[in-house]
Amino acid sequence: MTGGLLFALTGVALFASGVAGVVLIDNLLRRILAFNLMGSGAFLVLVGLAQRNEVADPVPQAMVLTGIVVAVAATALALAMTRKYHALTGRLELTGDDND
Amino acid sequence: MVWLIALPLGWASLTVLLGPRRGAWTAISALTAQLWLAFELAQTVRATGTVRHAVGGWGAPLGIDLAVDGLSAAMLLLAQGVALPVAIYARAYFKVRSGHPGGVWFWPLLGFLIAGLNALFASADLFNLYVTLELVGLAAVALVAAGGGAPQVAAALRYLFATLLGSGAYLLGVALIYGVYGTVSTATLEPLLTVEAPRLAWIAGLLMLSGLMLKTALFPFHYWLPPAHGGAATPVSALLSALVVKASFYLILRLWIGPFAALVDRIAWLPAVLGATAVIWGSWHALRAVRLKALVAWSTVAQIGYLFLVFPLLGDDRIALHAGGMQMVSHAFAKAAMFTAAGVIVHTTGRDAVAEVAGVASRLPVTLFAFGLAGMTLMGLPPSGGFLAKWLLIEAALARGRWDMVVVVLAGGLLAAAYTFRVLRQAFLLPPSGERRRVERRPIAVLEWTAFVLAAASVAMGLRGMEIVQLLDAGT
Amino acid sequence: MTANEALPLAVIASSLLPGLAIFALPERRVGLRTALNLFGAIAKLALVATLLAGVSAGEAYAFRYAVLPGIDLAFKADALALLFITLSAVLWLFTTLYAIGYLEKAPNRSRFFGFFSLCVTATMGIAMAGNLFTFFVFYELLTLATFPLVVHRGTTQAMRGGTIYLAYTLFGGTVLLTGIVWLFALIGHTEFTQGGVLSTRADLPPWKLQSIFLLMILGVGVKAALVPLHGWLPQAMVAPAPVSALLHAVAVVKAGAFGIVRIVYEVFGVEFAQLLNLLFPLALVAAFTIVWGSLRAAFQDDLKKRLAFSTVSQVSYIVLGVALFGPLGTIGGLVHLVHQGIMKITLFFCAGNYAETLGIHKVSELNGAGRRMPLTTLAFTVGALGMMGAPLTAGAVSKAWLMDGAAAAGMGWATGVLWLSSLLSAAYFLPILWRAWLLAPPKAWPTPRIAPHGWRETAWLLLLPPLFTAAATVAAAMLAELSFGTIPVTPLAWARLIAAREYGALNAP
Repeated sequence: MTGGLLFALTGVALFASGVAGVVLIDNLLRRILAFNLMGSGAFLVLVGLAQRNEVADPVPQAMVLTGIVVAVAATALALAMTRKYHALTGRLELTGDDND
Repeated sequence: MVWLIALPLGWASLTVLLGPRRGAWTAISALTAQLWLAFELAQTVRATGTVRHAVGGWGAPLGIDLAVDGLSAAMLLLAQGVALPVAIYARAYFKVRSGHPGGVWFWPLLGFLIAGLNALFASADLFNLYVTLELVGLAAVALVAAGGGAPQVAAALRYLFATLLGSGAYLLGVALIYGVYGTVSTATLEPLLTVEAPRLAWIAGLLMLSGLMLKTALFPFHYWLPPAHGGAATPVSALLSALVVKASFYLILRLWIGPFAALVDRIAWLPAVLGATAVIWGSWHALRAVRLKALVAWSTVAQIGYLFLVFPLLGDDRIALHAGGMQMVSHAFAKAAMFTAAGVIVHTTGRDAVAEVAGVASRLPVTLFAFGLAGMTLMGLPPSGGFLAKWLLIEAALARGRWDMVVVVLAGGLLAAAYTFRVLRQAFLLPPSGERRRVERRPIAVLEWTAFVLAAASVAMGLRGMEIVQLLDAGT
Repeated sequence: MTANEALPLAVIASSLLPGLAIFALPERRVGLRTALNLFGAIAKLALVATLLAGVSAGEAYAFRYAVLPGIDLAFKADALALLFITLSAVLWLFTTLYAIGYLEKAPNRSRFFGFFSLCVTATMGIAMAGNLFTFFVFYELLTLATFPLVVHRGTTQAMRGGTIYLAYTLFGGTVLLTGIVWLFALIGHTEFTQGGVLSTRADLPPWKLQSIFLLMILGVGVKAALVPLHGWLPQAMVAPAPVSALLHAVAVVKAGAFGIVRIVYEVFGVEFAQLLNLLFPLALVAAFTIVWGSLRAAFQDDLKKRLAFSTVSQVSYIVLGVALFGPLGTIGGLVHLVHQGIMKITLFFCAGNYAETLGIHKVSELNGAGRRMPLTTLAFTVGALGMMGAPLTAGAVSKAWLMDGAAAAGMGWATGVLWLSSLLSAAYFLPILWRAWLLAPPKAWPTPRIAPHGWRETAWLLLLPPLFTAAATVAAAMLAELSFGTIPVTPLAWARLIAAREYGALNAP
């Protein structure tokens, strides 16, 4: 198993656990962590793919850099909103009832 | 073309410094300029075909390529065309609700949203689409939460997780595609993805499709939409229902008829079945909604279902493609009109329940007219754009003998009539006599008339079908 | 754009533009609103007169606008269109005058007259539609424009009537759309052609054509109040009297009947329809509706509901005429489209007068009304006699042609149906006349609102329109064959012109 393939498979596994976390966990902070796990998984796949030739392919690496920036912004937004939510309601879980 | 992206980025940053009052005027003037630019671009595309541009002079694979064909030009026009009236509406809306902190953050976020949308419609490679998708998503989430209370923040959080899941799946799909083919340019990928594509490509396609369906709130992924669109400030709801969900649908359409065209025949039935279910499910909930804006939000869920009915019908005759394009355009204007009209009603009467809308017909005639005209498009009644979309959809379905889809389309129209008239009936009723002395705010002309302009636009689309179809066909 | 292209658009604009302007007027600008209304009505009459002269001389007035590739919005003012247009334009003027008088000091008049004008605009569009697509566009617009008029009063009963109306008409519209799009998918267009578009398409499978016919007739049959699709009509009586007059004499039911005429003559072609065995079932449905409507009318105490069921019955005379294969039946049906309009509007005007002046809504309250309101009751008598087909009224003319047509088509049983219906009409109209003229009035009227001044028994604007239309009912019979040079002036003469062009030879006596 090449290094690239190992990275890629790990990435998929991380992605899957991240998705499971976002969907199944209730606590908001943990869901944000799960989202980051998901993102890291996707980035690992890209990095793994970057190494499949002799010379590292810069394109996926550029994509990962962009992706990290996006993930940071998303995480920041999520944290800010979680904090606001906690300040307003004192809770750290979303209740499932506000459909009209 | 680049100005359509650079300009909103510029004024978004500027309005942070300028504050809400001057920021509003900056935004409105810039949007006017952008609308004009979009018109020019559409003319160019109609005349000479697809317009391409490499940002900064650097082409793919490391640089960013932009390409605008007929469909993109139409969406760009749509985005500016809806954003401008909504911006005018928002300025008056937030002015009246002075003290609504959402007014401060609305303008920069609007700028980022529009920049993201414009970039999305102009992008020509899969990864850039990811970035723009995220930009749009984050801006939209922030707009929902801005200045709101606990319900808005909760709805925004729910929306955020849904959108992140969606774009995460999309990103993984892009990664896999790159792994198989070594490129993410849509133009290059199209001839490469044939029916004999390796299994990874199929999985990638499925991932991207599911991610985008989640972002478009297709049944059963629609759970986040009603609280977000129904609970946000009115201008935000208008933008979200009109433009943001169209952006991810546009992407699905692009991928479906572009790179993945050879792979999708087998699963074409899936979006249609989900779409039909969405039409029924969304209409049912709209009929039972307690709050006015929730009704309109559930209506969005139903109308999105219509869009997904086109997939089994796509073919060389392009009728279904025209139907999808017409539906996107008409629904965007109509939904923006409906939300803005609902906002006026809620603001003036101080109540937001459907059952309490009694008697507004005499006090808010322009708004009711706007609501009614918007409803015409949703119901698919002539001479609106929605009617043309419905006609084309039925024509495409009959050409392939799909009577089941004809039934769905017609039933959807009747259901839309049911929930639209639910509101209109209430409005025409005399208010119960004890209530006439209830204190209300004065109606504001700007708010009423922007709603009316949006509604009139959706009906006017019904008379300009030829131009829309010609634009959609340009550049192919 | 040539003059011939502009005229149809001008006819539409003559009620659309004043209507839109009226929406914007504040309630208190009574004078301006009245002026706009009357200006529109008179302008339209002038335009219609021009069209009448032109079409009888053989001119063609048409306008097309491409809406989608392969689909046009098409207007065509041909002879058949003009029959309907003239009826609508003339009666619109009278109904406008009547409505101004009826709604004096009522709330929301700007909204009312705005939608009123939109209603007439939609009717003009239906009449001049050159293809099924255009027909459908204005057909649905008519539904939308009439809904606010039906629920105008804003009460819960009004709302209930309006909801039922909407449910029926939107459903009908959906069914009609299915038929139209199917036709379009089969033959690539939806144009109306003299002699029938499909008459040259015997290659298409008959079952498809018959199904399309069924769908279309179901769709327009809702507005034409064919049994069992008629349920909305009595419920829509909650509307104010001018609305009932307009809906039942001019706009909605005639639009449905007109649709049936267009579909049979200009989509299928009457001979082709006969070949496909479509006319006989249509005649049966029409006959059943005629009898059923008359029967139900006899048992209604509410005056407007009695008139509503009478309309259900009478409009199917038109459908019967269409289904009787042959020029005589055609003439009978077409002329009845106009005659029934004039007679029914007279009756509804009078019903409105009774309600506004004395608070009378029921037949049982009409005792002695002839003493207190002799002119109104005279007009009512003329209208009622016309419904019965009594001699010297317009109704007699239509009945005569229809019976001749039935005989010529070999459907003698239809003659029996027509006689039965006349008898039943007598059964529910004569008692009213008896009560009004011959019984003593009660001590006090239910809610007297308008006091008499000499022989002016009610407001001018309420009194004059029914008198005019009653006179027209008689005139249509006495002057039936009149022409101005080569321009046919009366409905009968015009109907004969249309039949001649449809059947290709003027062989009627």
